[in-house]
Amino acid sequence: MSLVFAGVCSHAPGITGRADRAPKDLRDDFYAGYERMRLALEASRPDALIVIAAEHFANFFMNNMPSFAIGMSDGYEGPIEDVDWLGIPKRQVKGDAALSQRLIKEVMQTVDLAYCEEWKFDHGIMVPLHFLDPDTKLTIIPANINCQGPPLAPLHRAWAFGEAIRRAADSVPERIAVVGTGGISHWPATPDSGRINEEWDRDFLDRWARNDRAAMLAYTDAETYADAGQGGFEIRTFLAVAAAARGKGHVEFYAPIPIYAVGCTAATMDIA
Amino acid sequence: MTLYALSKLMFDLNRDDAVKGQFAQDREAIVARYALTEEERGAVLKPDIGLLYVLGVNGQLLMHYAGLLGIEWSDYLQRMRDGVKMHGPVRAGIYALTSSPDEKVAG
Ligand SMILES: [Fe+2]
Repeated sequence: MSLVFAGVCSHAPGITGRADRAPKDLRDDFYAGYERMRLALEASRPDALIVIAAEHFANFFMNNMPSFAIGMSDGYEGPIEDVDWLGIPKRQVKGDAALSQRLIKEVMQTVDLAYCEEWKFDHGIMVPLHFLDPDTKLTIIPANINCQGPPLAPLHRAWAFGEAIRRAADSVPERIAVVGTGGISHWPATPDSGRINEEWDRDFLDRWARNDRAAMLAYTDAETYADAGQGGFEIRTFLAVAAAARGKGHVEFYAPIPIYAVGCTAATMDIA
Repeated sequence: MTLYALSKLMFDLNRDDAVKGQFAQDREAIVARYALTEEERGAVLKPDIGLLYVLGVNGQLLMHYAGLLGIEWSDYLQRMRDGVKMHGPVRAGIYALTSSPDEKVAG
């Protein structure tokens, strides 16, 4: 039918793995933001949810690194991480290979991408699903933008990927939701873990919520690395969602939570 | 520079249960399969998380390697800080330290 829902959220493993080490009120507010996002997603009655993630070497490595990929399987599993470390139990996730194939064919009209008949989910997808699909009911189609092993695709190509996903979603009879996951500023898995550039995050979210394409594409990777850390490269997933949704964004929650190592974000975007 | 081989070892260890099992039995045999420098080999075998960090291993790989070895989160962060103090700044990759090694940011 068309794209029926768009949103973005953080996916840092500390959000679940170190859940109890944040101030309880702050954690509860953040979780409530995810919950508002979940309710909006549910209300859109999606037949499938495309999760545009930025994975961390769960499936892709520098031996053969695709800039863009979409899963094409009837089922997936995750998390790959130790379940106690991540705080999320293993689950089998329903996919839809035939739907994936139709979407991929349309995306390929403008974006060269890898398709994947195997895909294991890491925290980049599992943390969002933990909150957005707690009962494992949704049909999931994973998508990935390489934000981890440079050279990374330029931002305008992430934008083009989002545009292609929109075109593909509009070309199928199913109701399609899309959620981008990542960022915003963070320096994960380093001694700087917990450093967060709130000012930069809020400025980025402002550009994103206005759906200001030029302002979002204006960042260079060198600037992002300096101001928002290597985790900031994951803004590519937010850009793709903005390109797909075309509407205005609504920030359900934003706050830096250092022990979660990220500017914690949950937001939805109008489909226009 | 054989950071790629070192990273591949971390990747295989993190993702492949068979490699993980063999590593538990005989670390040296697994490490010998990868074209590493003596410094890299030593860092893996010891294990010297701080040196692996300084050598430029991507944090998304190193974090899980530390987890595999049973190193707790705060300890993992401290070992990287200690590594920079002992071995100098991070030499490659995109996970360089931006704070002082004496600073505790969080955790
Ligand atoms: Fe990430």
